[in-house]
Parts: sequence; C-alpha cells; structure tokens
Amino acid sequence: MLKVNERDNVAVALREIVAGTEVEVPGRGVLKAADDIPYGHKIALEEIPEGHPVVKYGETIGLASTHVPEGGWVHTQNMGPVEVNS
Amino acid sequence: MSGFNGFERPDGTVGVRNHVVVIPSVACANGVAAEIVRQVPQAVPLYHGHGCSRAGRDLELHFRTLSNLARHPNVSAALVVGLGCEVIKAELLAGEVLRTGRRVEYIDIQAEGGSRRSAEKGAGIVRKLLADAAEESRTAVGIDRLIVGLECGGSDAFSGITANPAVGVLSDLVVADGGTVILTENTEMIGTSHVLERRAVSPEVAERIRDMVARAEKRTRDILGPLASMVIAPGNMDGGMSSIQEKSLGCITKGGGSPITQVVDYAEPPTGKGLVLMDAPGYDVESMAGVVAAGAQVVIFTTGRGNPIGFPIAPVIKVASTSKLFASMEDDMDVDAGTVLERGIDEVAREVLRLMMGILNGEPAKAEMNRQDGILCLYTTGPSF
Repeated sequence: MLKVNERDNVAVALREIVAGTEVEVPGRGVLKAADDIPYGHKIALEEIPEGHPVVKYGETIGLASTHVPEGGWVHTQNMGPVEVNS
Repeated sequence: MSGFNGFERPDGTVGVRNHVVVIPSVACANGVAAEIVRQVPQAVPLYHGHGCSRAGRDLELHFRTLSNLARHPNVSAALVVGLGCEVIKAELLAGEVLRTGRRVEYIDIQAEGGSRRSAEKGAGIVRKLLADAAEESRTAVGIDRLIVGLECGGSDAFSGITANPAVGVLSDLVVADGGTVILTENTEMIGTSHVLERRAVSPEVAERIRDMVARAEKRTRDILGPLASMVIAPGNMDGGMSSIQEKSLGCITKGGGSPITQVVDYAEPPTGKGLVLMDAPGYDVESMAGVVAAGAQVVIFTTGRGNPIGFPIAPVIKVASTSKLFASMEDDMDVDAGTVLERGIDEVAREVLRLMMGILNGEPAKAEMNRQDGILCLYTTGPSF
C-alpha cells in the first residue's frame, strides 16, 4: 500500500488484494479490504459519502458517485468526474 | 552535476549525437529516402506523412517542426529529398538548415529524373556527408547547454508515484545547474492549471498556462463531449487511473518543483533556461516530435504499461514505473523506478542522472540499440485539402 500525500483518502495497492484481507497502510495502520483491489488500483482509507471528493496527491481527483465504504475499491464504477475550472 | 561532452554547432547549440539525416520534404519522397538509407544504413531517415496540401496553422507547424528537426543540435548534416511540386519544397527546408551553418544538400525527384537516379545521387551525397561528420569531435560543455525533454506514455497508477516523481527530482537538478527542461502534454495538465499557475515566474506566464490548459480542455470537450473529463486511454484505465485529474497530477510531477519560466508553442525553441512548458498534445509520439524539434537533445520517457518507442535523432531514456514492467520488457527499459518503494525517490533519481550523463556522452539508450526510429508524427490541427 502506498499513500502518496498526507491528505489522501485513498492509497494505491502495490499487489492484488482479495476482499476481506487485512493490509498495512504506512502512516495509517491496518485496513480491511471491502472489495477485491486490482494491482495498481485505489483502496478507500475511510468511508467516502456520495458526492464527496476522492483525494490523491493532496488534490481532488474525482467525486464519489455512490457511497464508498472504508476499504472499498475506488475506480470509475464509484467515482465520477469533478467539474474542471481551468 | 558535471557537464557533458558534445558536438558544438556553428549556431551555438550542442549535440549529443552526430547524425547525418535524410529528410523527405514531403511524404511522396519517403520511398526514395528509404532507398538511400538502404544503400547507406549509417544515415538516419526522418520519414513523415506531411509536406503538402496544408495551409495556415498546420503548414506553419509542419514547416517549423521539419526545419527544426533537420537542423537539430544532434544533426551534423542533412540531405533533403523533395519531389518538386509539393508545398514544403526541399530547397525551402534546406535554406532553413543552412541558416544554422550546418552542411545541407537537397535533391528533387522530378528534376533528377525519377526514383532510381535520385536514390543513387542521394546515396553518394550522404556518403560524403558521413565522411565529413566522422571528422567532428566532442568537447566539454556545461549543463547550461542541455535541454531535457520529458514525456510519458502508457501511464499506469505507478507512473505518478514512482517514475514521475523520480524524474521530477532529476528535472530540479538539471534546472538548478542552469539547464533547461521541457514539460509538455497539455491534455495531461487539464484539471491542474491552478497548480502550474502558482509556479509561474510572472503573471504573463501564468496567463499563458491558463490559456493553454483552457484550450486543451475545450478541445477535449469538443471532441469527446460529456465524457471528456473522464476519458483516458483504455490502457490507463486498466492500470488503475480513474480520472484525468489523477493522471494529470501524476504527469506534472515529472517537471519537479522549479518555477515555470516560459510557455512555448509546439516545436518552438525556448529563449531562456529553466522549466519550460510546451503547448503540445498528450499523444506521446506527436509531443515528442515537438519537444525534440524545440531543441531537446535527450528525452526522458516514463512508462507504466511499457512503450518501446524512441526517436530517430535523440536518445530516449525509458523509465519503467514498476519492477514487473522492467523485468518483462528489459530490452526496452533503461531504469527500474519500481525500486522507489525500497530505495526512495532520490536514489532512483540519481540512477537516472548517472545513466543520462553516460548517454549524453555517447552511450546508447535501449531505444537506440533497438533502432526504434519509427516515423515522425506531427501535431496537426485540421484537415488537409
């Protein structure tokens, strides 16, 4: 598990994780995977309510399109685009 | 960081290679260029699909890119092969090369009386140019003469946390020593404009960044509609990237944390030093042509899914985001940045730096060993006529 920035609410899986497995996240402690997490994908470090930001690199990378449980797999099935104000 | 040994050119630039190139002025001359290179394999071909039936912005882009590649610091001399009836005539391109004091010759297929006569004559010219190039030697120069181009292609979730942060540290070292780094791929800056604007050296540069990213976003929205901000190449999605913001933040870390001194157009050489942004698309092969045409003598290319491409006249250093990729495509990958997880970012950055210095001094990059020359893909904004 790798958490890139202190403010992140997701971490990157450094190996494939099977649902129910307990994993160690440096700087956070033990976390139980709620879903299968593919290699290189994101796991929620905390519950993310629908509409709330998904944070990586300390910045918002998208909004939860549905409720994401702690330990859940975060990807396009539950994360939608954030409005871009360039 | 010590300097490097390069080929000093009459126009003040420094090459890290001493190529003799065969460049068609138009796609119709690719076949003759290919026959010349078959006869003289030491020559480097710059095949492309352009040179005619364009006007306005695209003609300007293509002419600037082809000219700047033919007179690139890594090029000792050029043979331009034209057809005769095209828009970008061989004589015009050769004239641009001549302005830098480089050796240049040109032939037109229609004037020479066809393919075979043109190829024979071209091969003879190229043999002479190669013999002259062999007499040229390297001299020691400082990092202030170096332009490093940055690219990423086939990114995965690790690109942004292993390879790109390590290259970011290297970028800061190059800039600190007076060198220049070009960060590009404007579609991969969408959603991160505010981060880049904060680092601009002046309000004018910040405004150019804002304009560039806004245009990239508008273009993406125009082409892709409501899906725009979610659309990333399928390979990236499979690798665990879930939005363009996520990919963009991971992408811009390659540039490090230096102030942004300038925004240049596609294939436009920077006028100053430091970290420079280029207004070029996210399509790696097109943006790489723009970065090299702007004068980058070397490209550092991070990849997560594994992209083997090189560039005909510039070494392209491949930094693999994972040890798994490095092991599975070892023939193509120069550095294993997957070791960031054990060794730390700074140590991997130092390895990339050591490797880059060796390559600047003449060691081949893996893409050069594999002759990953390919074909030039040039940024194009509209249809041909």
